[in-house]
Amino acid sequence: MTPDGESRRASAVVSGAVIALLFAAVVGLQAARERVGTPLASSAETGHLLYVRSPSFVTRAALSYRSVAADIYWIRAIQHYGGTKLSTDRRKQYDLLFPLLDLATSLDPHFNVAYRFGAIFLAEPAPAGPGRPDQAIALLQKGLDSQPERWEFAQDIGFVHYWWEHDYRKAAEWFRRAADMPNAPNWMSGLAAVTLAQGGNRASSRLLWQEMLKDQDAADWIVSQARFRLAQLDALDQIEALERIVMTYTQRSGAAPRAWADVVRAGYLRGIPIDPERHPYRLDPERGRVELDPRSPLNPLPASDQPRPAIRLEAGPSTPLGAGR
Amino acid sequence: MTVVPQIAVNVFKESVRDKILYNLVVFAVLLIAVSYLLGQLTAGQDIKIIKDLGLAAIATFGLLIAVFIGIGLVWKEVERKSIYSLLAKPIRRSEFVLGKYCGLVLTLFVNVSVMTLAFYLVLAYMGWRELPAVRAGWPAPATDPAMLEAVVLIFVELLLVTGIALFFSTFSSPFLSASLTLGLWVIGHFNADLRQFETVVNSPVAAWLARGLYYALPNFAAFDIKSQVVYGQPVAAQYIALTVLYGATYLAFVLAAAVTIFSRRDFK
Repeated sequence: MTPDGESRRASAVVSGAVIALLFAAVVGLQAARERVGTPLASSAETGHLLYVRSPSFVTRAALSYRSVAADIYWIRAIQHYGGTKLSTDRRKQYDLLFPLLDLATSLDPHFNVAYRFGAIFLAEPAPAGPGRPDQAIALLQKGLDSQPERWEFAQDIGFVHYWWEHDYRKAAEWFRRAADMPNAPNWMSGLAAVTLAQGGNRASSRLLWQEMLKDQDAADWIVSQARFRLAQLDALDQIEALERIVMTYTQRSGAAPRAWADVVRAGYLRGIPIDPERHPYRLDPERGRVELDPRSPLNPLPASDQPRPAIRLEAGPSTPLGAGR
Repeated sequence: MTVVPQIAVNVFKESVRDKILYNLVVFAVLLIAVSYLLGQLTAGQDIKIIKDLGLAAIATFGLLIAVFIGIGLVWKEVERKSIYSLLAKPIRRSEFVLGKYCGLVLTLFVNVSVMTLAFYLVLAYMGWRELPAVRAGWPAPATDPAMLEAVVLIFVELLLVTGIALFFSTFSSPFLSASLTLGLWVIGHFNADLRQFETVVNSPVAAWLARGLYYALPNFAAFDIKSQVVYGQPVAAQYIALTVLYGATYLAFVLAAAVTIFSRRDFK
């Protein structure tokens, strides 16, 4: 190799080394910055910022990128909901959820999943959601205004009235309205009738969720919601059955069981009962109540439609306890 | 008229030398990376978002090429003073302008075609890996051919943007040309607001002016049917034909103005 070629090679090696060193320094400094912290607002704080809330302004400003802007607001809505739900902050604030969903659906009025999932997120009670069935209904109503032929929105409004507002008359009215829409499934009119006749009945709730589970067009998340709610209904059934066993035990033995082991030993159960998510049920020996394990993902259970039997306990207070939850 | 294709081919070769086609690599990487990441973020909406993003990226990359290459087409030759040697040859000024335009159109055509191909390949892969039950829930198939209608209108829009950029570059600086072209492109998306201006103002003159601008300015919003095709909604063939005709006519007007201005320009 000529001296000229050698010097060029050496120069290239030095340049490469300098570049690698500088890059390593950048990575190292970034790691150091992370450890030291930053005087800027934390991501938790900035995550709760929404500079523009006017759907009409955003719709105009997005020019021909409305769909992409809608996607961005939708992703932000999911991040906001999921991030807040999973945060360890005791004061979970979902205040941006509705504005984000409103923006996403204004930018893309056919964003059906944003209406339907958004309504589920909004109606979910605290701490798993903002507990705003009114906003859920407003969002679905907006979807229905933009696509009056979509029976799913009417069904979902009925569902919010049914499940979260416990307004079975309105729920039946919306199921009836959904049934009258084009392409609505046959079972919808039956659901309307059942809701009107036996609103709040656990059997009618089960029917509602089972039909959602069977819905071919339902998105994965809705299907998993239906599975979850059915598991909750199963848990309610099991809790009732277990409380009846506890009552029988108490009446026959003259004392309340102190633990499941007492009930198992007496032959009423074959083992410690577990919920559909495979967490053991908890027995409250003082009140004779059966409850979910606090770690069970089925918490919190919906309000039971069945009055729970009064149990007189020898070990507990002498007054009948807890007619209903 | 063989001069026009020759100039066009030269412009295309120059854009290849300038590594303009590298944007295709960026496009492909962006789309593949986003496709992977979106699955984790979007609660089952990845196919819709990839369609939105793919079509928007085709339009954006094309727009950037149309504006930033288009404004330099004539200006570069003037700046390098190569315009003198070119015009000394038996080339008419109209042929020069049209040749430059066609060269950039060829570059855009190759770009849009390759981006569309990459877009469909990514969508085909996404569709293939999904379960049939999930696919059945989509409003339109992953590789819905109807999306080509949106691509066609994006391309016609880019032809018009290129024409406008070339028009401005025949008499102004690159910075001014870029600003004016992008400004017109933005205003062209507010066409519907200009149409309704009379409902929000009391002044008949302002209303008349807005109405005049509505008819005179290019209506770029008309070329945007991305949302419709993503949801598989039918777009009438008559709408597409009329919009293409509108774009072609506006383009002819802009090119005629560009040729006229360039023909009268004094380079001494």
